[in-house]
Amino acid sequence: MNHILALIKKDLLLEIRQQYTFYGILLYVASTIFVLYLAMGQPEEKVWNGLFWMIQLFICVNAVAKSFLQESQGRMLYFYTVAGARDFILAKLLFNAGLMILMSIVSLLLFQVLMGNPLQNPVRFIGFVCLGGCSLSLVFTFLAAIAARARQGAALMAILGFPLIIPQVLLLMKMSNTAFADVIQAGLLQIVLLLVALDVLVIALAVILFPFLWKD
Amino acid sequence: MRLQWWKILSIILLLYTFIAGLLIPLPYETAYANSNLYESMRNFFFHVPMWFGQLILITVSLVYSILYLRKPNHRYDIIATEFARTGTVMGCLGLLTGAIWANYTWGAAWSNDPKQIGAAIALLIYIAYFVLRNSMPDMDKRSRVAAVYNIFAYFIYIPMIMILPRLTESLHPGGKGNEGNPGLGGSSLDATMETVFWPAVFGWTLLTTWISTLRLRVRILEEKKHSA
Repeated sequence: MNHILALIKKDLLLEIRQQYTFYGILLYVASTIFVLYLAMGQPEEKVWNGLFWMIQLFICVNAVAKSFLQESQGRMLYFYTVAGARDFILAKLLFNAGLMILMSIVSLLLFQVLMGNPLQNPVRFIGFVCLGGCSLSLVFTFLAAIAARARQGAALMAILGFPLIIPQVLLLMKMSNTAFADVIQAGLLQIVLLLVALDVLVIALAVILFPFLWKD
Repeated sequence: MRLQWWKILSIILLLYTFIAGLLIPLPYETAYANSNLYESMRNFFFHVPMWFGQLILITVSLVYSILYLRKPNHRYDIIATEFARTGTVMGCLGLLTGAIWANYTWGAAWSNDPKQIGAAIALLIYIAYFVLRNSMPDMDKRSRVAAVYNIFAYFIYIPMIMILPRLTESLHPGGKGNEGNPGLGGSSLDATMETVFWPAVFGWTLLTTWISTLRLRVRILEEKKHSA
């Protein structure tokens, strides 16, 4: 536990010291949504919802991609001996989940400002956004580890990840559709639980498989 | 040629599938009275076993990937790759036979049916698996990273094909209303059809295993030639 906290703290410190990466992603979020606004104006709610989650997907690929690429081979070996592979991947998963939740909320704000506000139930939608950002980041963190091992960048991550992320995205679309009207959708709780179960599955797979990935 | 008993069995079962599958009387209720399937229903003996075959082959591939991670033997890696490759070919054939059937029965080759989407996703996943393999020149690393992706993808793919059909309506049997069913619509399979269907599944699976073992032998010979 201490190892995990220390590793998260290290990632945080790195973000604070090398601010260009953090602001880089923020700028990516802002400019993508701005271009989207110029292209689409203020779309109707179904399109709004679809665009929002697609943008989250691309933000996630870019925000998470660097998390393993920035670590050099020698430093990886150091972490591996000091903290162990399981602590390392758990720290990365947690850190990226936090980063992605922050980015999702920023992009929700920008969507509100630029693309109009079709939300009837904003509190619920914010909840879904946090859950969604977390789910996306978990899958892509592990894929970033694979892509980094293959010495490839975000392009390979997208190829590997987009087919695998489809169940999460479909579940998120379905649950967030309920935030646009005051109707009560039957089985909403079931969908949320399904998504949480998928997240747990991804974490378990990452923890089991990561040590094999980094063994040399 | 090493003609083992199961290869002969595969030939017999597939001969039986083709002859009986094209000749047996179809159940009148499901084929003519209640639907527009008519004689196209015979595609059932060819289309559905492709999916059974694909799932079995990628499961074999998964098992060998796990074995490779437990004990890095290069042979396990070749087996995992070749079974995934034949599984992908089966997936393509399943998609094609399904598209032809859908064109006649549902009016369009592609209609965003959850099972069609699931099939397309499986193809994307396994093509990505081969792209990932080819992106690494170092053999040891390639085998290990590919095995990890194979296991990760399999355990997300299987829940996915359980979830997808339950989210939207499906045109496939058993997909009416919100009761989307990831498997077969049990009621539409009558006893006469079962006598052809299960032998067909075994026949196609054995045939693809045969193809995979042939590919495997070629790969092992190639590598012997390179290392010699």
